[in-house]
Amino acid sequence: MIKFFLMVNKQGQTRLSRYYEHVEINKRTMLEAEVIKNCLSRSKDQCSFIEYKDFKLVYRQYAALFVVVGIDQTENEMAVYELIHNFVEVLDKYFSRVSELDVSFSVSEIHLS
Amino acid sequence: MPAPIRLRELIRTIRTARTQAEEREMIQKECAAIRSSFREEDNTYRCRNVAKLLYMHMLGYPAHFGQLECLKLIASQKFTDKRIGYLGAMLLLDERQDVHLLMTNCIKNDLNHSTQYVQGLALCTLGCMGSSEMCRDLAGEVEKLLKTSNSYLRKKAALCAVHVIRKVPELMEMFLPATKNLLNEKNHGVLHTSVVLLTEMCERSPDMLAHFRKVSLVPQLVRILKNLIMSGYSPEHDVSGISDPFLQVRILRLLRILGRNDDDSSEAMNDILAQVATNTETSKNVGNAILYETVLTIMDIKSESGLRVLAINILGRFLLNNDKNIRYVALTSLLKTVQTDHNAVQRHRSTIVDCLKDLDVSIKRRAMELSFALVNGNNVRGMMKELLYFLDSCEPEFKADCASGIFLAAEKYAPSKRWHIDTIMRVLTTAGSYVRDDAVPNLIQLITNSVEMHAYTVQRLYKAILGDYSQQPLVQVASWCIGEYGDLLVSGQCEEEEPIQVTEDEVLDILESILISNMSASVTRGYALTAIMKLSTRFTCTVNRIKKVVSIYGSSIDVELQQRAVEYNALFKKYDHMRPALLERMPVMEKVTTNGPTEIVQANGETEPAVLETKPPPSGLQPASQANDLLDLLGGSDITPVIPTAPTSKPASAGGELLDLLGDLNLTGSPVCAPAFQIAQPPFLLDGLTSQPLFNDVAAGIPSITAYNKNGLKIDFTFERSNTNPSVTVITIQASNSTELDMTDFVFQAAVPKTFQLQLLSPSSSVIPAFNSGTITQVIKVLNPQKQQLRMRIKLTYNHKGSAMQDLAEVNNFPPQSWQ
Repeated sequence: MIKFFLMVNKQGQTRLSRYYEHVEINKRTMLEAEVIKNCLSRSKDQCSFIEYKDFKLVYRQYAALFVVVGIDQTENEMAVYELIHNFVEVLDKYFSRVSELDVSFSVSEIHLS
Repeated sequence: MPAPIRLRELIRTIRTARTQAEEREMIQKECAAIRSSFREEDNTYRCRNVAKLLYMHMLGYPAHFGQLECLKLIASQKFTDKRIGYLGAMLLLDERQDVHLLMTNCIKNDLNHSTQYVQGLALCTLGCMGSSEMCRDLAGEVEKLLKTSNSYLRKKAALCAVHVIRKVPELMEMFLPATKNLLNEKNHGVLHTSVVLLTEMCERSPDMLAHFRKVSLVPQLVRILKNLIMSGYSPEHDVSGISDPFLQVRILRLLRILGRNDDDSSEAMNDILAQVATNTETSKNVGNAILYETVLTIMDIKSESGLRVLAINILGRFLLNNDKNIRYVALTSLLKTVQTDHNAVQRHRSTIVDCLKDLDVSIKRRAMELSFALVNGNNVRGMMKELLYFLDSCEPEFKADCASGIFLAAEKYAPSKRWHIDTIMRVLTTAGSYVRDDAVPNLIQLITNSVEMHAYTVQRLYKAILGDYSQQPLVQVASWCIGEYGDLLVSGQCEEEEPIQVTEDEVLDILESILISNMSASVTRGYALTAIMKLSTRFTCTVNRIKKVVSIYGSSIDVELQQRAVEYNALFKKYDHMRPALLERMPVMEKVTTNGPTEIVQANGETEPAVLETKPPPSGLQPASQANDLLDLLGGSDITPVIPTAPTSKPASAGGELLDLLGDLNLTGSPVCAPAFQIAQPPFLLDGLTSQPLFNDVAAGIPSITAYNKNGLKIDFTFERSNTNPSVTVITIQASNSTELDMTDFVFQAAVPKTFQLQLLSPSSSVIPAFNSGTITQVIKVLNPQKQQLRMRIKLTYNHKGSAMQDLAEVNNFPPQSWQ
């Protein structure tokens, strides 16, 4: 099951966040900061699945934006990895060459996507 | 009041903020504006305000005052309003807020709206955050929508149904009829969501699972999957050359659930799985994702062996791939399958061991776990070398796990005692501070067991701590050994290695420096002090020095040390005649199985006097009478047997209490029996110590039997059955001795087959006087829930005529009334 879906940039600013399980609002910022710290500390040739607390993070980097999805043990990690890419491709089609600015400014549209 | 700014303006303004404080200021100003605008009940700009609020919420600022506004937006007729309203509801509201119930009516109306998009919005929101009350109310509507002809709506309704089922599992029945036609879809979106719905139903309820198996869901799924693979290029579903991989993965997962533990379904799937496995392209990640799911499915269902081999080969190929993700995934699945298909995985052992050297943390962890699973008798030396090298170089978070893993593996497969001890020493020296606390007593027990290695061990340990005594577990083990075998060390007799010349003073120097050093934990100091004390009997010329050291610590601040020192002092002064007997060598401990807290408790007639210990044992389970303090020893002229301790109370302190070490002594199980037999004890053993259970209603005379009669030792069993609990049999054994010399240190141990449970209470004594002048009685309780024939294997050890005797026997002549 997917726990959350985040798009965070390299400076740690959240561009999009969608939680599928209830998380307190102050915990959310902490969670996001920790997650992005984990992802930033990985080098390019390390694998995209990180084990974090009791679930896994699947992340993918697109220029300066990280798309991170938190999943639990029942999900197929590679399928989620593909899902991230598919999602980004959809955004690309919608905004024709999406960039981080598009994501920041059209939050509501992306949510409904 | 001027029109509130648009969302884009807000975002632009916030982006210009340079510091966190500036940003906060802007946001607060905007929040104030929004709040006043809400108060004015301004309809036109409400949606803009809520949109801004949502953005601020995402950044992490509180936005709860917007919840009611969301509701108002939902109720409005404009689509844009509704859209933002529902989005706000999804993000800001959840079941914890009371406000959400007000939405129910709105959603109900919208579910019947003429525009499909509005209906879609309502379904989405319900599926996202509907509480159980809402779901109950609206499930009927959802079910109706599941049957409409509009595929857009059907797709959303299916997902909503998934959420409803998660919240209110009882409603699953309601959706059952609608599922009949779900798989006959052309639209992939609907197909996908229906598969999700079916998966959820099957996972939640085994009845549903059985129903679906009967309704021959599997052939339908197989057909769909086949179409997907066989069909050519379809632009709308294509992802890098494979059509709709997401649907494929979902179907595979559903097949996995259907095929688990079910032969018929598994058989129906075999072909398609083989086809998918061979036809999928592996050059892109997509193909690999599908293959991964296929492998997982093959492993889970009852597939034929050819298919399993295929799956493991795929995993092997993954391991050789350069892409880290794939290797990680391969290692994870191999870990799952290593239990069942051990041999097949062994073939890839070298690759796995190479992964230990990988840079990536996740991969290293997986490779380490997998390597431990793969160690067996043949490859233990090679694997151990690799693992020790890994231990040297790995990150600290791994060291503890790695060290325990190495201990376990070494224990199971050690080719020789010396190798075992060497390995453990290597672990202690490299990762000493990360070793788990229970490793120390285990190691000590291991050392005492290998009698011939004592000299070698103590010499190596001594050399190890000569240089550096900061690693606590190493120092603890070393000081214990030096205390025990100091005389061997000094006499310089070691066959395995070059003996080193050590004088008693040097040994005492080292122990004293451990005592003084700031790096030593208090537990370690305790070990060192006791070791020094023990050496007073082993060493000959330095007794005075030892006395001095001990008396110094009589006034130490550390209470533990002080207590020990005072007792030892007393031992020197007043009870000097007892000293040699008390500080004798520890007897050989028998092996305790290391697999967790198996309750192996046997009552032993231990005659080894308990080491002075006045502090009550740490765990409350041990009865107070176990603490044999000095007074007891002096009071009773016989040496009373040590009462068995509850094995689950592994000491919380790091094995520092000597009594606990002795406590371990008493936990001798005897896995001497064939693997079919098992010694199992319920943990409430100690109740039996004080009182016999109420076996008032004795079944009429079950004949007693002679279980063993050899070499003058005769053991009789008498039986009692309880009417209150017919599966319990109480056996009272009586051991008598017809020779002309006493039998001392008598220990009776018993083992029963797995279906039984055995409880041994403490014996009356450990000496059987000669000429049948007295007997030892002991009570055994046998729990026989399956009413199987009672069988027992017994092991007897005793000292007779100055030599130690040991015997094994099987008792098969139990009368039928004792177990029927």
